[in-house]
Amino acid sequence: MLRVLFFARVREALGCAEIELPWDEAAADLDSLQERLCARGGQDWRAVLGEDNMIRAVNQVVVAGNCALRDGDEVAFFPPVTGG
Amino acid sequence: MALPRGCKVRVQVEDFDVAALQEALLGEGAGEGAVATFTGYVRSAADHPVQALELEHYPGMTEDSIAAIVTQAAARWPVLAATVVHRVGRLAPGERIVWVGVAAAHREAAFSACEFVMDYLKTRAPFWKKEYGPAGATWVDARGSDVERAVRWDRDAVK
Repeated sequence: MLRVLFFARVREALGCAEIELPWDEAAADLDSLQERLCARGGQDWRAVLGEDNMIRAVNQVVVAGNCALRDGDEVAFFPPVTGG
Repeated sequence: MALPRGCKVRVQVEDFDVAALQEALLGEGAGEGAVATFTGYVRSAADHPVQALELEHYPGMTEDSIAAIVTQAAARWPVLAATVVHRVGRLAPGERIVWVGVAAAHREAAFSACEFVMDYLKTRAPFWKKEYGPAGATWVDARGSDVERAVRWDRDAVK
């Protein structure tokens, strides 16, 4: 399984905080996962997840660009952070 | 994530006692001659009235990313102790949001490490603010000036 989390503006725009997707060895990287999410969620998901400033994290570490995923990984999508 | 000796990170809903946190920083008794602290508050202004602020975070990653920032600061300056407390949940104007305290032998390390931790926290720790005002609720946009402040530490490091 892959656990996928969405935060803040992204969570609200998708109306979804968390989903689980079955592990798929043929789509074992971040870009492929995003494509699976868009194919599943439709145009709204494609627009939100495709935003220029979207940040992606794998196992709670921010990732620049694509990266390989392993079964059991936790992936998160969120907007630029605004704490402090 | 393991923190350097004397360093603490807390993410909590409850308010905190600034005086008690500062006293606790000195508890290690490692030769501190300086403590620099920063306190951030929920801001509301006449031209930008805010009724409440809701702070969301990514549990687990938040603590780890702040720990990584504190670890970087301790590697860069001779930090004797450091504490970061950040609140989450719904806060009213004037309430405390964040506290950073750094103890060092001398002021330069204390000032610099405290500022570094805040600048990095603003751009790297996964917190998000939602403002509630007269016109409704809006997510706060990330500020380019915050990114610029954080990036300047990277430039300084390679000089």
